Amino acid sequence: MSVLAAVLVYWIASLALNVWLANRYNTRLVRLVVPAIFGITILVVWEGVVRGLEINPVLLPAPTAIGVAFAGALDTLWVDFVQTFVKGALSGYIIGCGAAFLVAVAVDRSPFLQRGLLPVGNFVAALPIIGMAPILVMWFGFDWQSKSAVVVVMVFFPMLVNTVQGLQASDHMQRDLMRTYAASYPQALMKLRLPAAMPFIFNGLKIASTLALIGAIVAEFFGSPIKGMGFRISTEVGRLALDMVWAEIAVAALAGSAFYGSVAMIEKAVTFWHPSQRGQS
Amino acid sequence: MSETVVKAENLSLTFETNDGPVHALADIDLEIKKGEFVSFIGPSGCGKTTFLRVMADLEKPTAGSITINGVSPEEARKSRAYGYVFQAAGLYPWRTIAGNIKLPLEIMGLTKADQAARVARVLDLVDLTGFEKKFPWQLSGGMQQRASIARALAFDADILLMDEPFGALDEIVRDHLNEQLLQLWAKTNKTIAFVTHSIPEAVYLSTKIVVMSPRPGRIADVIESTLPTKRPLDIRDSPEFLEIAHRVREGLRAGHAYD
Repeated sequence: MSVLAAVLVYWIASLALNVWLANRYNTRLVRLVVPAIFGITILVVWEGVVRGLEINPVLLPAPTAIGVAFAGALDTLWVDFVQTFVKGALSGYIIGCGAAFLVAVAVDRSPFLQRGLLPVGNFVAALPIIGMAPILVMWFGFDWQSKSAVVVVMVFFPMLVNTVQGLQASDHMQRDLMRTYAASYPQALMKLRLPAAMPFIFNGLKIASTLALIGAIVAEFFGSPIKGMGFRISTEVGRLALDMVWAEIAVAALAGSAFYGSVAMIEKAVTFWHPSQRGQS
Repeated sequence: MSETVVKAENLSLTFETNDGPVHALADIDLEIKKGEFVSFIGPSGCGKTTFLRVMADLEKPTAGSITINGVSPEEARKSRAYGYVFQAAGLYPWRTIAGNIKLPLEIMGLTKADQAARVARVLDLVDLTGFEKKFPWQLSGGMQQRASIARALAFDADILLMDEPFGALDEIVRDHLNEQLLQLWAKTNKTIAFVTHSIPEAVYLSTKIVVMSPRPGRIADVIESTLPTKRPLDIRDSPEFLEIAHRVREGLRAGHAYD
């Protein structure tokens, strides 16, 4: 009981500290410190509640238990990370987004493709990934290639739609201007359409970055070599080693956030001129 | 001074819309000579912008003929015979001011050194030296519009087509830019076609004022200005100026008489 009381006191104290900080200062440091305090508070409360109420570790292991599992299985986690994230998700992401980009440029040029290909893309996007994954595993084998294929299918359509829309984002006047310069199609594409499309393209890239990891993990549930994050999660659940499952989830969360964050950072550098990015320090 | 730059004969343009045909331009006959400053004035829907766009080959006439420098508008466009200034500055936000002015030069394949020299020259012409590295959204509306004029001047076309370039600016900025535009015109001896709906602006700037009336868009009156070439801003209070302005107003009113 005393543990629970201590948790409550800590929670109220950190909440008060955050409110005080947020109201009092608005500096860069405080904007980083406030969410950090919030995150630490969640971990402390979680730990305290698990210990205080003596919750079964199969239902919910304490953060320290997850930490111990994490630190004790670094080699395994690294192998899984490379297998799922680097080989499966990242390769599929690059192939899928790259292909979608090229198709989008072709679609934009040809009204025939626009009418013919976009509905097919829509159809593919509507296929449930849970149904597609086992088929793709049959086609491309148990190793990372099939995971990559699942990721390609998942990221292709959002990227395609965003890029097509982005290529149409330049306004009439800007296109008329290109016409008055007698600019060729590649010139207009490189100097106007693509730069104007960048905010949309990065929107697609960000959506795809979260989809890619989900796709790669889920696909491993339908067959994989004896490594990979999805494989580990499904087998460790079977052994009731939930601390290991949580450790994999932590890896997935870290990798996913870092991936999204780096795409967002590149976006900031490329589309600095867009109203949504201007004036943000 | 007698070389013909623009010659339109019986020019008509009809847009087919769902509500039936719209006669944007009907039987336009007009000649613009080299070095003239021609204003097109009229209420909205009179076809003044459409005529400018026909000259620029952004719209195709449906009847009649038009030549620019003796060739079709399409050939004139492809030989980069004109610079076009739109209603809004339309600068590309991802390029600096210098980058925006370089845009047509890059497309036309000029050397880097030539580009830099031209950018410096036109920035000086529009009084924007020192702002090369700024982005358009960091400048005021008047400065943006001046940058867009610099962009149209950069490749040194003989014809400048301007579609209400100062329409969105306040009176004071507008006066200032009008004065600068006249100086620029005197310095460069370009042929300028200028669309506006301000009578004082048209009278102050032009050597020739084309008054247009709507439905169908046609020319109601063509007024040759008798004002001297050198025009200080206070010429707008002179009796001569007021007389021309009066004639423009009469022309506009006549065009409206039937509705």
